[in-house]
Amino acid sequence: MSTDTGKSSTESEVSGLDYEETELKLGLPGGSRIAGSEPEKKRGFAETVDLSLAGEPRSRDPGDRSTDGLVSGAGKPPAAKAQVVGWPPVRSFRKNALKSCTYVKVAVDGAPYLRKVDLEIYGGYQQLLTALEDMFSCFTVRNYPNERRLVDPVNGTEYVPTYEDKDGDWMLVGDVPWKMFVASCKRLRLMKSSEAVNLAPRTPQGSTSAR
Amino acid sequence: MSEDEEDETRGGEEKRRSPDPGRGGGGGANPPPPFSDQVLENVLENVLQFLDSRRDRNAVSLVCRSWCRAEAQTRRDLFIGNCYAVSPARAVERFRRVRALVLKGKPRFADFNLVPPRWGAGFYPWLAALAPAYPWLERLCLKRMSISDADLSLLALSFPTFRDLTLICCDGFGTAGLAAIAEHCRHLRVLDLIENDVEEEEEEMVDWVSRFSTTSLESLVFDFVGCAVNLDALEALVARSPSLRRLRVNQHVSVGHLRRLMERAPQLTHLGTGSFGEGGGGGGEVEVADLEAAFAASRSLVCLSGFRDLAPEYLPAICPACANLASLNLSYADITAEQLKPVIIHCHNLQTFWVLDTVGDEGLQVVAATCKDLRELRVFPLDVTEDSEGSVSDVGLVAISQGCRKLRSILYFCQRMTNAAVATMSENCQELVVFRLCIMGRHRPDHLTREPMDEGFGAIVMNCKKLTRLAVSGLLTDKAFGYIGMYGKLLRTLSVAFAGNSDLGLRYVLEGCPKLQKLEIRDSPFGDAGLLSGIHHYYNMRFLWMSSCKLSLRGCKEVAQRLPHLVVEWIRDKPEEDDGEAVEKLYVYRSLAGRRNDAPPFVEIL
Repeated sequence: MSTDTGKSSTESEVSGLDYEETELKLGLPGGSRIAGSEPEKKRGFAETVDLSLAGEPRSRDPGDRSTDGLVSGAGKPPAAKAQVVGWPPVRSFRKNALKSCTYVKVAVDGAPYLRKVDLEIYGGYQQLLTALEDMFSCFTVRNYPNERRLVDPVNGTEYVPTYEDKDGDWMLVGDVPWKMFVASCKRLRLMKSSEAVNLAPRTPQGSTSAR
Repeated sequence: MSEDEEDETRGGEEKRRSPDPGRGGGGGANPPPPFSDQVLENVLENVLQFLDSRRDRNAVSLVCRSWCRAEAQTRRDLFIGNCYAVSPARAVERFRRVRALVLKGKPRFADFNLVPPRWGAGFYPWLAALAPAYPWLERLCLKRMSISDADLSLLALSFPTFRDLTLICCDGFGTAGLAAIAEHCRHLRVLDLIENDVEEEEEEMVDWVSRFSTTSLESLVFDFVGCAVNLDALEALVARSPSLRRLRVNQHVSVGHLRRLMERAPQLTHLGTGSFGEGGGGGGEVEVADLEAAFAASRSLVCLSGFRDLAPEYLPAICPACANLASLNLSYADITAEQLKPVIIHCHNLQTFWVLDTVGDEGLQVVAATCKDLRELRVFPLDVTEDSEGSVSDVGLVAISQGCRKLRSILYFCQRMTNAAVATMSENCQELVVFRLCIMGRHRPDHLTREPMDEGFGAIVMNCKKLTRLAVSGLLTDKAFGYIGMYGKLLRTLSVAFAGNSDLGLRYVLEGCPKLQKLEIRDSPFGDAGLLSGIHHYYNMRFLWMSSCKLSLRGCKEVAQRLPHLVVEWIRDKPEEDDGEAVEKLYVYRSLAGRRNDAPPFVEIL
């Protein structure tokens, strides 16, 4: 059962899991921080409904939309409509403060600078990796059967995306369903493959990874 | 420091409308007056030192040269509303005995990412002039300036009696700079860091809180400094600061730590509560009753804010303090009307209230029923997107207008509004000085009548005779601007977005509003004709900002040619859209300093 938003269809590829299975085993991290958020089920429902409305054209006069009781804009794919810079006029520190849980720092082994990404704007792992590829423009994404790696074409060094979760453990990116990853990821690190062997080995698809 | 307090004056920045504002009027370069005149000047100085208001001082300085000199010698508080309007050298040359400086940099739309990074407003050139000129400088307030750690270090070492530092919406510095201030400013009383962009990687973080050398700290505000601080050091600092009255901590301070801090400083008047939840790494579990006791013991509290990561069960703990509160900022707390009610019903004396729209119209109704003395209300959106549902509407606005008749300032984000509601507010709230309504969906009409929002805003300018600041939104035609030009005679600041039909709209405003100081416009179909209709007025304004309008190079160049003391900046940060003719972003301001020499490559000064 896919529970993706309209933007991404690759999430389910990554772990092959569905929500029921993961919920039972791992519980839901940090869900209460987000306004009005309920367990993943509600979001799943909203997305299902939304998918059926996805074809609705955005009208110039959105007055109608504001009065119907349909699923709110939160389920609609934001990437489909161009967000205008600086509108609505709310200072970025306030926006960041209200959604601070989803901004994470990205470090690359060997690079002296850090970047930050807002995980919420990506639909899934593929989009995130593509964005990382753009950001640290020296990389290209190489897809392996069970995982993705980033490769520096200059020297062929492979980097494996890893992340630190709320418990402080370093995990390989891609092990858990996307939404769970977003909720638990504190920061990202593109680790050289040679060092990544110290992390827990990837479990084969079809089961959760645990440390 | 609220933007509403801003006041533009000509004299303070040495603006003159005379043909040669560049040379006359300055005090320092003239030969000394004859002896008898000198005596008179001394007498005058003794009188003028009691004059505080900068408007009064500006008026005084225009009387004659002697008065201008005397005033310059006695001005202790210098206000520079635009750091590029006058050169630092000129400012320190005229005003020799300044003890306090307020300096503002980037235009306000920089807050919304419309001004590209590295545009300017660096503090260093000013610092380089201030350090030798004002060794006794005590107070500095910077707003929207870029200030580096090195600058902060130099600041800390240059002024031995430095007392108050306030940084609002600044960027470029981090904890290293804060550490320098803490360590070297031995007489520091105020360190207020308000809404700055302090981003730092953990590895570079400096434990600045441990470095404080002052024992006379009165105010420490760091609620948006993003890095965790040394909590033991903070507690120790609070314990040894008997004069501390204002403390606003960041979200890394949990409710447990907060309680300990409050116990150390029961004399606080202003408290920023940090997370007010479990966040911030420990501090231990806190019983609501213990927290409540801490609030009961803080008898002087008048201003509460923070609640960055609120655990709702803790909110009622503030109740003992509510009756005395003049100001309450819950705008980071995602709470419902039910959660707000038990707290707000005690806040009879509240004058300033900031809240998230999650409380809904129902929450605002409770506010209206209780807070009869409310002067300022700000309702922020939780979901800052155009498509959001929006939780407050015309209903909440009407309720507030009926209950809070003394309202002076309102900022209201919503998705559904009606002309009738806005008109009702204009009739009920005659004291309104600031009216800022943001209907987040662009071009939205009155949601009941489907009409443009012209009549509502028209009623505001017509009925609110004290209005000086207005921000409009929703579907608006030129008619709305006609009303503004006709009735907005005291208007000083106007913000426009996605509004109007034609150049007429801009013309109405520029021709009709004689006190207009600050005009910021985005995404509205105003072109060269509209721009040129303000030629008679631009020297009287702090600035004009126009982005994504219909300006062309020809029109902007004409303004630049006809007004030589105006700096006309064409900001070209989107090369892919630049066809060489359309001016996508225009920033215009008067200046005695001419074109600035620090303009980045993407700024072309016409």
